[in-house]
Amino acid sequence: MEITVTLNGKRLKAEIDPGELLLDFVRRQGCYSVKRGCETSNCGLCTVWLDGTPVLSCSTLAARADGREVTTLEGVEKEAAAFGRYLAGEGAEQCGFCSPGLIMNVLAMERELSRPTEEEIKEYLAGNLCRCTGYMGQLRAIERYLNERGGETDGENG
Amino acid sequence: MFSAREYVKAKSLEEAWELNQKRSSVIVGGMMWLKMGNSQKGTVIDLSGLGLNTIEDRGEEISIGAMCTLRQLETDEGLERAFNGVFRECVRHIVGVQFRNGATVGGSVYGRYGFSDVLTCLLALDSYVELYRGGVVSLEEFAKMPYDRDVLVRIIVKKDGRKAAYVTQRNTKTDFPVIACAVSRKGDDWWVSVGARPKKAERIQISGAGKTAAQLAGEAAGQFSYGSNLRGSAEYRAHLAEVYVKRLMETLEKEEA
Repeated sequence: MEITVTLNGKRLKAEIDPGELLLDFVRRQGCYSVKRGCETSNCGLCTVWLDGTPVLSCSTLAARADGREVTTLEGVEKEAAAFGRYLAGEGAEQCGFCSPGLIMNVLAMERELSRPTEEEIKEYLAGNLCRCTGYMGQLRAIERYLNERGGETDGENG
Repeated sequence: MFSAREYVKAKSLEEAWELNQKRSSVIVGGMMWLKMGNSQKGTVIDLSGLGLNTIEDRGEEISIGAMCTLRQLETDEGLERAFNGVFRECVRHIVGVQFRNGATVGGSVYGRYGFSDVLTCLLALDSYVELYRGGVVSLEEFAKMPYDRDVLVRIIVKKDGRKAAYVTQRNTKTDFPVIACAVSRKGDDWWVSVGARPKKAERIQISGAGKTAAQLAGEAAGQFSYGSNLRGSAEYRAHLAEVYVKRLMETLEKEEA
Protein backbone atom coordinates (compact mmCIF):
# COMPACT_ATOMS: atom_id res chain seq x y z
CA MET A 1 0.00 0.00 0.00
CA GLU A 2 1.06 3.61 -0.52
CA ILE A 3 1.31 6.27 2.15
CA THR A 4 2.10 9.98 2.05
CA VAL A 5 4.11 11.22 4.99
CA THR A 6 5.84 14.46 5.87
CA LEU A 7 9.12 13.16 7.26
CA ASN A 8 11.28 15.81 8.89
CA GLY A 9 9.56 18.52 6.87
CA LYS A 10 9.80 16.73 3.53
CA ARG A 11 6.67 15.30 1.95
CA LEU A 12 7.16 11.87 0.48
CA LYS A 13 5.17 9.00 -0.96
CA ALA A 14 6.26 5.49 -0.19
CA GLU A 15 5.17 1.93 -0.70
CA ILE A 16 4.87 0.02 2.58
CA ASP A 17 3.87 -3.41 3.77
CA PRO A 18 0.49 -3.22 5.64
CA GLY A 19 2.08 -4.61 8.79
CA GLU A 20 5.26 -2.54 8.58
CA LEU A 21 6.27 -0.70 11.73
CA LEU A 22 7.07 2.99 11.70
CA LEU A 23 10.52 2.12 13.09
CA ASP A 24 11.36 0.07 9.99
CA PHE A 25 9.86 2.69 7.70
CA VAL A 26 11.87 5.66 9.01
CA ARG A 27 15.08 3.63 9.04
CA ARG A 28 14.35 2.62 5.43
CA GLN A 29 14.20 6.36 4.68
CA GLY A 30 17.70 6.79 6.13
CA CYS A 31 16.77 8.03 9.60
CA TYR A 32 19.26 5.83 11.43
CA SER A 33 19.06 7.84 14.66
CA VAL A 34 15.93 5.81 15.40
CA LYS A 35 17.20 2.71 17.16
CA ARG A 36 15.76 -0.76 17.48
CA GLY A 37 15.99 -1.57 21.17
CA CYS A 38 13.77 -3.77 23.27
CA GLU A 39 10.90 -4.07 20.76
CA THR A 40 8.62 -4.58 23.76
CA SER A 41 7.54 -0.92 24.03
CA ASN A 42 9.67 -0.34 27.12
CA CYS A 43 13.02 1.27 26.36
CA GLY A 44 12.18 4.45 24.42
CA LEU A 45 15.07 4.09 21.97
CA CYS A 46 12.74 4.24 18.99
CA THR A 47 10.97 7.47 20.04
CA VAL A 48 9.80 9.68 17.17
CA TRP A 49 7.18 12.42 17.03
CA LEU A 50 3.91 11.81 15.26
CA ASP A 51 2.28 15.19 14.64
CA GLY A 52 4.56 16.54 17.34
CA THR A 53 3.67 13.91 19.95
CA PRO A 54 6.33 11.44 21.12
CA VAL A 55 5.42 7.84 20.31
CA LEU A 56 7.22 4.52 20.15
CA SER A 57 7.88 3.79 16.51
CA CYS A 58 8.39 0.09 17.33
CA SER A 59 4.71 -0.08 18.29
CA THR A 60 3.18 2.15 15.64
CA LEU A 61 2.17 0.94 12.21
CA ALA A 62 3.69 2.95 9.38
CA ALA A 63 0.21 2.99 7.85
CA ARG A 64 -0.97 5.12 10.77
CA ALA A 65 1.46 7.83 9.74
CA ASP A 66 -0.34 8.30 6.43
CA GLY A 67 -1.13 12.00 5.95
CA ARG A 68 0.75 12.95 9.11
CA GLU A 69 4.03 14.52 10.15
CA VAL A 70 6.82 12.31 11.43
CA THR A 71 9.85 13.84 13.09
CA THR A 72 13.04 12.03 14.00
CA LEU A 73 16.24 13.37 15.53
CA GLU A 74 17.42 14.23 12.02
CA GLY A 75 14.58 16.77 11.85
CA VAL A 76 15.54 18.65 15.01
CA GLU A 77 19.31 18.63 14.67
CA LYS A 78 19.93 22.15 16.02
CA GLU A 79 17.89 21.66 19.18
CA ALA A 80 19.31 18.17 19.61
CA ALA A 81 22.84 19.49 19.36
CA ALA A 82 22.06 22.21 21.91
CA PHE A 83 20.77 19.70 24.44
CA GLY A 84 23.51 17.22 23.50
CA ARG A 85 26.10 19.73 24.72
CA TYR A 86 24.50 19.63 28.18
CA LEU A 87 24.55 15.82 28.15
CA ALA A 88 28.24 15.87 27.28
CA GLY A 89 28.92 18.58 29.84
CA GLU A 90 27.47 16.46 32.61
CA GLY A 91 29.14 13.24 31.44
CA ALA A 92 25.64 11.90 30.96
CA GLU A 93 26.27 9.42 28.19
CA GLN A 94 28.60 6.52 27.69
CA CYS A 95 27.65 4.27 24.80
CA GLY A 96 25.16 6.88 23.55
CA PHE A 97 22.76 4.30 22.15
CA CYS A 98 19.82 5.65 24.16
CA SER A 99 20.60 9.31 23.44
CA PRO A 100 18.49 9.86 20.29
CA GLY A 101 15.34 8.55 21.99
CA LEU A 102 16.08 10.45 25.18
CA ILE A 103 16.73 13.69 23.30
CA MET A 104 13.48 13.36 21.33
CA ASN A 105 11.55 12.90 24.55
CA VAL A 106 13.31 15.72 26.40
CA LEU A 107 12.54 18.10 23.53
CA ALA A 108 8.91 16.92 23.54
CA MET A 109 8.75 17.50 27.29
CA GLU A 110 10.19 20.98 26.86
CA ARG A 111 7.33 21.78 24.47
CA GLU A 112 4.63 20.20 26.62
CA LEU A 113 5.53 21.19 30.19
CA SER A 114 6.54 24.64 31.28
CA ARG A 115 9.16 24.47 34.02
CA PRO A 116 8.70 20.82 35.07
CA THR A 117 9.73 19.78 38.58
CA GLU A 118 12.32 17.06 39.11
CA GLU A 119 9.52 14.61 39.82
CA GLU A 120 7.69 15.59 36.61
CA ILE A 121 10.90 15.16 34.61
CA LYS A 122 11.45 11.70 36.04
CA GLU A 123 7.88 10.73 35.33
CA TYR A 124 7.93 12.07 31.77
CA LEU A 125 11.16 10.25 30.99
CA ALA A 126 10.39 7.00 32.80
CA GLY A 127 10.05 5.30 29.42
CA ASN A 128 13.62 6.10 28.36
CA LEU A 129 15.96 3.44 29.67
CA CYS A 130 19.72 3.87 29.92
CA ARG A 131 21.96 1.02 30.97
CA CYS A 132 25.16 3.05 31.40
CA THR A 133 24.67 6.22 33.36
CA GLY A 134 22.36 5.64 36.32
CA TYR A 135 20.33 8.66 35.13
CA MET A 136 21.73 11.25 37.54
CA GLY A 137 23.94 12.86 34.92
CA GLN A 138 21.04 12.97 32.52
CA LEU A 139 18.84 14.57 35.15
CA ARG A 140 21.45 17.24 35.87
CA ALA A 141 21.85 17.90 32.15
CA ILE A 142 18.10 18.23 31.64
CA GLU A 143 17.64 20.58 34.58
CA ARG A 144 20.55 22.77 33.47
CA TYR A 145 19.31 22.78 29.89
CA LEU A 146 15.77 23.72 30.84
CA ASN A 147 16.91 26.42 33.25
CA GLU A 148 19.39 28.00 30.89
CA ARG A 149 17.16 27.72 27.83
CA GLY A 150 14.32 29.21 29.90
CA GLY A 151 16.63 32.08 30.79
CA GLU A 152 17.33 32.68 27.10
CA THR A 153 13.65 32.81 26.20
CA ASP A 154 11.86 34.50 29.06
CA GLY A 155 14.60 35.85 31.28
CA GLU A 156 13.24 34.28 34.45
CA ASN A 157 16.18 31.98 35.03
CA GLY A 158 18.90 33.98 33.38
CA MET B 1 6.78 -10.86 14.59
CA PHE B 2 3.57 -9.12 13.58
CA SER B 3 2.48 -9.10 9.96
CA ALA B 4 -0.69 -8.28 8.06
CA ARG B 5 -1.99 -8.79 4.55
CA GLU B 6 -4.18 -5.70 4.44
CA TYR B 7 -4.66 -2.45 6.38
CA VAL B 8 -8.03 -0.70 6.34
CA LYS B 9 -8.79 2.62 7.95
CA ALA B 10 -12.49 2.07 8.55
CA LYS B 11 -14.87 4.73 7.25
CA SER B 12 -17.73 3.64 9.50
CA LEU B 13 -18.36 1.42 12.48
CA GLU B 14 -20.46 -0.82 10.24
CA GLU B 15 -17.50 -1.33 7.91
CA ALA B 16 -15.23 -2.04 10.89
CA TRP B 17 -17.71 -4.54 12.31
CA GLU B 18 -18.14 -6.32 8.97
CA LEU B 19 -14.41 -6.59 8.39
CA ASN B 20 -13.92 -7.84 11.91
CA GLN B 21 -16.21 -10.84 11.46
CA LYS B 22 -13.37 -12.73 9.78
CA ARG B 23 -11.28 -14.60 12.30
CA SER B 24 -8.08 -13.44 10.65
CA SER B 25 -9.02 -9.76 11.14
CA VAL B 26 -8.03 -7.66 14.09
CA ILE B 27 -8.96 -4.19 15.32
CA VAL B 28 -5.85 -2.33 16.41
CA GLY B 29 -5.67 0.19 19.20
CA GLY B 30 -2.18 1.27 20.19
CA MET B 31 -0.74 -2.13 19.19
CA MET B 32 1.46 -2.19 22.28
CA TRP B 33 0.49 -5.69 23.22
CA LEU B 34 -0.71 -7.03 19.90
CA LYS B 35 2.62 -6.66 18.12
CA MET B 36 4.43 -8.64 20.81
CA GLY B 37 2.95 -11.89 19.61
CA ASN B 38 4.04 -13.85 16.60
CA SER B 39 0.81 -13.24 14.73
CA GLN B 40 -0.02 -13.14 11.05
CA LYS B 41 -3.21 -11.21 10.51
CA GLY B 42 -5.37 -10.91 7.45
CA THR B 43 -6.92 -7.47 7.79
CA VAL B 44 -5.80 -4.86 10.29
CA ILE B 45 -8.73 -2.57 11.07
CA ASP B 46 -7.91 0.95 12.21
CA LEU B 47 -10.64 2.98 13.94
CA SER B 48 -8.59 6.17 14.07
CA GLY B 49 -10.64 7.89 11.37
CA LEU B 50 -13.96 7.58 13.22
CA GLY B 51 -13.63 10.41 15.72
CA LEU B 52 -13.36 8.06 18.69
CA ASN B 53 -10.43 9.95 20.15
CA THR B 54 -12.32 12.44 22.32
CA ILE B 55 -13.39 12.64 25.95
CA GLU B 56 -16.76 14.36 26.26
CA ASP B 57 -18.47 15.60 29.39
CA ARG B 58 -22.19 14.99 28.79
CA GLY B 59 -23.37 16.38 32.10
CA GLU B 60 -24.33 13.26 34.00
CA GLU B 61 -21.66 11.10 32.43
CA ILE B 62 -18.32 11.24 30.71
CA SER B 63 -17.83 9.50 27.38
CA ILE B 64 -14.36 8.23 26.54
CA GLY B 65 -13.87 7.21 22.91
CA ALA B 66 -12.20 3.85 22.37
CA MET B 67 -9.29 5.45 20.51
CA CYS B 68 -8.45 7.90 23.32
CA THR B 69 -4.95 7.34 24.55
CA LEU B 70 -3.93 6.64 28.12
CA ARG B 71 -2.18 10.00 28.05
CA GLN B 72 -5.55 11.66 27.38
CA LEU B 73 -6.95 9.91 30.47
CA GLU B 74 -4.01 11.30 32.38
CA THR B 75 -4.27 14.89 31.24
CA ASP B 76 -7.97 15.51 30.56
CA GLU B 77 -9.20 18.34 32.78
CA GLY B 78 -12.82 17.17 32.81
CA LEU B 79 -11.85 13.74 34.12
CA GLU B 80 -9.52 15.33 36.65
CA ARG B 81 -12.35 17.52 37.98
CA ALA B 82 -15.03 14.83 37.98
CA PHE B 83 -12.99 12.03 39.53
CA ASN B 84 -10.41 13.83 41.62
CA GLY B 85 -7.34 12.71 39.70
CA VAL B 86 -7.99 8.98 39.97
CA PHE B 87 -7.41 8.42 36.24
CA ARG B 88 -4.11 10.30 36.31
CA GLU B 89 -2.98 8.19 39.24
CA CYS B 90 -4.01 4.96 37.56
CA VAL B 91 -2.07 5.48 34.32
CA ARG B 92 0.94 7.58 35.26
CA HIS B 93 3.02 4.52 36.19
CA ILE B 94 2.44 2.78 32.88
CA VAL B 95 5.86 2.71 31.15
CA GLY B 96 6.48 6.21 29.78
CA VAL B 97 4.77 9.11 28.06
CA GLN B 98 5.51 7.74 24.58
CA PHE B 99 3.82 4.47 25.50
CA ARG B 100 0.80 6.26 26.95
CA ASN B 101 0.58 8.41 23.82
CA GLY B 102 0.09 5.22 21.82
CA ALA B 103 -1.85 2.81 24.03
CA THR B 104 -5.60 3.27 23.74
CA VAL B 105 -8.36 3.03 26.32
CA GLY B 106 -10.31 0.75 23.99
CA GLY B 107 -7.37 -1.61 23.65
CA SER B 108 -6.86 -1.74 27.41
CA VAL B 109 -10.52 -2.39 28.18
CA TYR B 110 -11.24 -4.75 25.29
CA GLY B 111 -8.17 -6.84 26.15
CA ARG B 112 -9.38 -7.35 29.74
CA TYR B 113 -5.78 -8.03 30.69
CA GLY B 114 -4.95 -9.23 34.17
CA PHE B 115 -2.38 -6.48 34.61
CA SER B 116 -4.69 -3.68 33.45
CA ASP B 117 -4.60 -0.59 35.65
CA VAL B 118 -7.31 1.01 33.52
CA LEU B 119 -9.79 -1.85 33.94
CA THR B 120 -9.17 -1.92 37.70
CA CYS B 121 -9.80 1.81 38.01
CA LEU B 122 -12.88 1.91 35.78
CA LEU B 123 -14.49 -1.01 37.62
CA ALA B 124 -14.55 0.94 40.88
CA LEU B 125 -16.61 3.62 39.15
CA ASP B 126 -20.06 3.29 37.60
CA SER B 127 -18.70 2.39 34.16
CA TYR B 128 -20.21 0.96 30.99
CA VAL B 129 -18.96 -0.02 27.57
CA GLU B 130 -20.78 0.76 24.35
CA LEU B 131 -20.46 -2.02 21.80
CA TYR B 132 -21.45 -1.42 18.19
CA ARG B 133 -23.85 -4.37 18.02
CA GLY B 134 -24.13 -5.29 21.67
CA GLY B 135 -25.22 -1.87 22.89
CA VAL B 136 -24.39 -0.52 26.32
CA VAL B 137 -23.42 -3.07 28.96
CA SER B 138 -21.95 -2.57 32.39
CA LEU B 139 -18.18 -2.87 32.52
CA GLU B 140 -18.53 -5.48 35.25
CA GLU B 141 -20.57 -7.66 32.88
CA PHE B 142 -18.28 -6.93 29.94
CA ALA B 143 -15.21 -7.97 31.94
CA LYS B 144 -16.75 -11.41 32.41
CA MET B 145 -17.96 -11.84 28.81
CA PRO B 146 -16.02 -14.09 26.43
CA TYR B 147 -14.12 -12.37 23.63
CA ASP B 148 -16.31 -11.85 20.59
CA ARG B 149 -16.03 -9.92 17.34
CA ASP B 150 -18.04 -6.83 18.26
CA VAL B 151 -16.52 -3.36 18.13
CA LEU B 152 -15.92 -1.46 21.36
CA VAL B 153 -16.98 2.13 20.61
CA ARG B 154 -16.62 4.01 23.88
CA ILE B 155 -16.51 3.82 27.67
CA ILE B 156 -19.15 5.67 29.66
CA VAL B 157 -18.48 6.69 33.24
CA LYS B 158 -21.42 8.00 35.26
CA LYS B 159 -20.82 11.06 37.40
CA ASP B 160 -22.85 9.68 40.29
CA GLY B 161 -20.97 11.49 43.04
CA ARG B 162 -18.59 8.69 43.91
CA LYS B 163 -15.20 9.64 45.25
CA ALA B 164 -12.47 7.27 44.15
CA ALA B 165 -8.83 6.55 44.89
CA TYR B 166 -6.28 4.25 43.28
CA VAL B 167 -2.99 2.69 44.21
CA THR B 168 -0.68 0.16 42.68
CA GLN B 169 2.51 -1.59 43.73
CA ARG B 170 5.22 -2.55 41.28
CA ASN B 171 8.48 -4.37 41.90
CA THR B 172 10.25 -1.89 39.65
CA LYS B 173 9.03 1.38 38.20
CA THR B 174 7.12 0.89 34.92
CA ASP B 175 6.81 -2.90 35.39
CA PHE B 176 3.42 -4.63 35.48
CA PRO B 177 1.78 -4.22 38.89
CA VAL B 178 2.06 -6.83 41.62
CA ILE B 179 -1.30 -5.64 42.80
CA ALA B 180 -3.67 -2.85 41.72
CA CYS B 181 -6.44 -1.53 43.96
CA ALA B 182 -9.21 0.98 43.38
CA VAL B 183 -11.83 2.03 45.90
CA SER B 184 -14.80 4.32 45.50
CA ARG B 185 -17.36 5.53 48.00
CA LYS B 186 -20.80 7.09 47.97
CA GLY B 187 -22.34 7.50 51.41
CA ASP B 188 -22.11 4.17 53.22
CA ASP B 189 -21.56 2.20 50.01
CA TRP B 190 -18.08 1.15 48.98
CA TRP B 191 -16.94 -0.39 45.71
CA VAL B 192 -13.61 -2.20 45.76
CA SER B 193 -11.80 -3.37 42.65
CA VAL B 194 -8.59 -5.41 42.77
CA GLY B 195 -6.58 -6.27 39.68
CA ALA B 196 -3.22 -7.89 38.89
CA ARG B 197 -4.04 -10.70 41.35
CA PRO B 198 -2.59 -11.65 38.76
CA LYS B 199 -6.02 -12.42 37.31
CA LYS B 200 -8.03 -9.65 35.71
CA ALA B 201 -9.73 -7.12 37.91
CA GLU B 202 -13.00 -7.86 39.65
CA ARG B 203 -15.21 -5.64 41.74
CA ILE B 204 -17.23 -6.14 44.91
CA GLN B 205 -19.64 -3.80 46.70
CA ILE B 206 -19.95 -3.61 50.49
CA SER B 207 -21.86 -1.50 52.95
CA GLY B 208 -19.78 0.41 55.44
CA ALA B 209 -22.34 1.39 58.03
CA GLY B 210 -20.82 1.18 61.52
CA LYS B 211 -17.57 -0.47 60.41
CA THR B 212 -13.98 0.75 60.53
CA ALA B 213 -11.76 0.96 57.46
CA ALA B 214 -9.75 -2.00 58.79
CA GLN B 215 -12.86 -4.14 59.14
CA LEU B 216 -14.11 -3.14 55.70
CA ALA B 217 -10.75 -3.74 54.05
CA GLY B 218 -10.48 -7.20 55.60
CA GLU B 219 -14.00 -8.02 54.48
CA ALA B 220 -13.39 -6.69 50.96
CA ALA B 221 -9.94 -8.15 50.31
CA GLY B 222 -11.11 -11.55 51.59
CA GLN B 223 -13.68 -11.80 48.80
CA PHE B 224 -11.10 -11.95 46.00
CA SER B 225 -9.01 -14.92 44.95
CA TYR B 226 -5.27 -14.45 44.44
CA GLY B 227 -2.65 -16.30 42.46
CA SER B 228 1.13 -16.60 42.38
CA ASN B 229 3.60 -15.73 39.65
CA LEU B 230 7.18 -14.46 39.43
CA ARG B 231 6.13 -11.05 40.76
CA GLY B 232 4.59 -12.27 43.98
CA SER B 233 2.83 -15.09 45.78
CA ALA B 234 -0.91 -15.39 46.36
CA GLU B 235 -0.37 -14.84 50.11
CA TYR B 236 1.66 -11.70 49.49
CA ARG B 237 -0.98 -10.30 47.12
CA ALA B 238 -3.78 -11.04 49.58
CA HIS B 239 -1.88 -9.18 52.30
CA LEU B 240 -1.07 -6.24 50.01
CA ALA B 241 -4.69 -5.97 48.87
CA GLU B 242 -5.96 -5.68 52.43
CA VAL B 243 -3.36 -3.06 53.36
CA TYR B 244 -3.91 -0.96 50.25
CA VAL B 245 -7.71 -1.15 50.35
CA LYS B 246 -7.60 0.03 53.96
CA ARG B 247 -5.32 2.94 53.04
CA LEU B 248 -7.55 3.95 50.14
CA MET B 249 -10.62 3.83 52.36
CA GLU B 250 -8.88 6.00 54.95
CA THR B 251 -7.91 8.45 52.22
CA LEU B 252 -11.51 8.72 51.04
CA GLU B 253 -12.77 9.07 54.63
CA LYS B 254 -10.36 11.95 55.21
CA GLU B 255 -11.47 13.65 51.99
CA GLU B 256 -15.08 13.29 53.07
CA ALA B 257 -14.44 14.72 56.57
